[in-house]
Amino acid sequence: MQRIVSIGRNALLCLILANALTMPVENGHSESTTLIKVDGSSTVFPITEAVAEEFQKDTRGAVRVTVGISGTGGGFKKFCRGEIDVQDASRPISSGELEACRAGGVQFYELPIAFDALTVAVSPQATWVDSITVAELKTMWEPSAQGKVTKWSQIRSTWPDQPLKLVGAGSDSGTFDYFTEAVVGKAQASRGDFTASEDDNTLVQGIANDKQALGYIPFAYYEPNKKRLKAVAVDGGQGPVSPSRETVENGSYQPLSRSLFMYVSAKSAARPEVKKFVEFYLAQVPTLAPQVKYVPLPPQAYALASEHFKNGRQGTAFQGGSTIGMKIEELLRREAKR
Amino acid sequence: MTPIQRKIARHKSLDRFFAFEGLTVMIVALLVLLALVGQLMFDGLTRLSWQFLTSFPSRFPAQAGIVSAWVGTILVMLVTALAAIPLGVGAAIYLEEYAPNNWATELIEINIANLAGVPSIVYGLMALGLLVYQFHLGQSFLTAGLTLGMLILPMVIIATREAIRSVPPYVREAAYALGATKWQTVRDHVVPYSMGSILTGMILALSRAVGETAPLITVGALSFIAFLPHPPWQEAFPFVSFEWLFDPFTVMPIQMFNWVSRPQEEFHVNAAAAGLILLAMTLAMNAVAIVIRARFRKRIHW
Repeated sequence: MQRIVSIGRNALLCLILANALTMPVENGHSESTTLIKVDGSSTVFPITEAVAEEFQKDTRGAVRVTVGISGTGGGFKKFCRGEIDVQDASRPISSGELEACRAGGVQFYELPIAFDALTVAVSPQATWVDSITVAELKTMWEPSAQGKVTKWSQIRSTWPDQPLKLVGAGSDSGTFDYFTEAVVGKAQASRGDFTASEDDNTLVQGIANDKQALGYIPFAYYEPNKKRLKAVAVDGGQGPVSPSRETVENGSYQPLSRSLFMYVSAKSAARPEVKKFVEFYLAQVPTLAPQVKYVPLPPQAYALASEHFKNGRQGTAFQGGSTIGMKIEELLRREAKR
Repeated sequence: MTPIQRKIARHKSLDRFFAFEGLTVMIVALLVLLALVGQLMFDGLTRLSWQFLTSFPSRFPAQAGIVSAWVGTILVMLVTALAAIPLGVGAAIYLEEYAPNNWATELIEINIANLAGVPSIVYGLMALGLLVYQFHLGQSFLTAGLTLGMLILPMVIIATREAIRSVPPYVREAAYALGATKWQTVRDHVVPYSMGSILTGMILALSRAVGETAPLITVGALSFIAFLPHPPWQEAFPFVSFEWLFDPFTVMPIQMFNWVSRPQEEFHVNAAAAGLILLAMTLAMNAVAIVIRARFRKRIHW
């Protein structure tokens, strides 16, 4: 009797197992039509989270959106293998990644979605510094400064003879890539002897608690910490400009304002729900971005981006020369490369 | 005082010193833990509410919640336990009771001990290559559970072997003397008697798995999921559904990680509150194990 029962139990178990094994084949297709997969930069995450939240409310849950934070580089790897529909990026696609996408047969739309301003910040107790030129920033951060430029007085003679403690983004972050390209002139060229972290909150702590410290952080991290940090006005050649929504929008905060992007796979964009999501994104982001402390692009930029998406203009505008200091509208009008 | 008395006195004072040192180390460790929990409570307690437990993530800290995270953690733990425990206990029984004493067994034993010390991120990378790309299991509950299952498998094996080893040999000998086969001895005596310690090992292993972040990010855990997985039951036969195994997932530590890295202070409070819930979940898991263990121990008389 006991044996019979146990055989019956085993048979049931086998049935359940067989069921589980055949499941992915059955569900794979019906599932992929209502699920939109977004991944990529953690800097862009808050904006996409806001849009995804609203989009799901708007469609009453008929379309499911997931957002991951693999980082800009990690996200592009998945994107170019065709695993995700939309890629969030805090910098334009690199030539290596473009190559990978070509190899993977992934065509894409490149759509700018918002601005971020890299903010050079010091502690409020650092009373001597209110503004800094890009040349001075370069003296501080270039690779040859390593071990040599160690005092504030070496940057500007009126600054005190005190140790200069530099704080910045870790080398895996898009923020690091952008800052080095804008200030030193070459992406990823930086001195190595500074306090680095991928976690922007750690950078905020490091700067706020040390009056000899200077560092760079995304504007979204400066704004809620205004009381503990002082933003240094940056002089890019036309006089010192402080970072703010206005100076970023009108293009005067240069060269440290950058745009954030999303890359949409052309294959996915052919699916109606992805198309709807992207259109919803571009329409809503001007109101949603400020809620999560990012600066929206000028309206013409969104109009141009929507136009590109509608007309099927694929590829990137970022191949061939640095785009630092270029206005977003000019960028959007540049010839795209696939 | 004679020399021998002096020697005894010296040894006694050494003894006292050691006891004092042990106590100090323990108190320091406990204080650090208390301070951590206290800090977490101080930061997060105000945020705990029904709304927090039943809401999806949101850009507004006050509306955000952890429902997708805690459901995810429970389901991932379920897969992890189902994958690692039968396999691990089976392997341990084989190694302790059946395996011949030769170099192959020794090699396996050394490897298991080494695997227990491999950093979790390595398991994540392995799972990404094997489960996600080779077996096409996707970035799903199944992948996550199997990844963590592999991670804790060596711990389960080691704990189970220790437990089995603590069953005195005369129990086995008595069983054999009465004509029991090896399997009957193992099934009816060795495993039931060591069940309490096996369970302790399981819980320690699962408690480690519940806080893992790195390997799950590698296999593709998501930070924003505003829907629940498919329910594990259905209307029609066979009434159980395994569709949820292939749904995208997130877990508590990942939600916390994401909130901690946000600029707004309010999100940090959310992270602390989520930490409290995670702590409560771990404690609840431990409590269940303790109850089961107590019941097993009560049944054993020798």
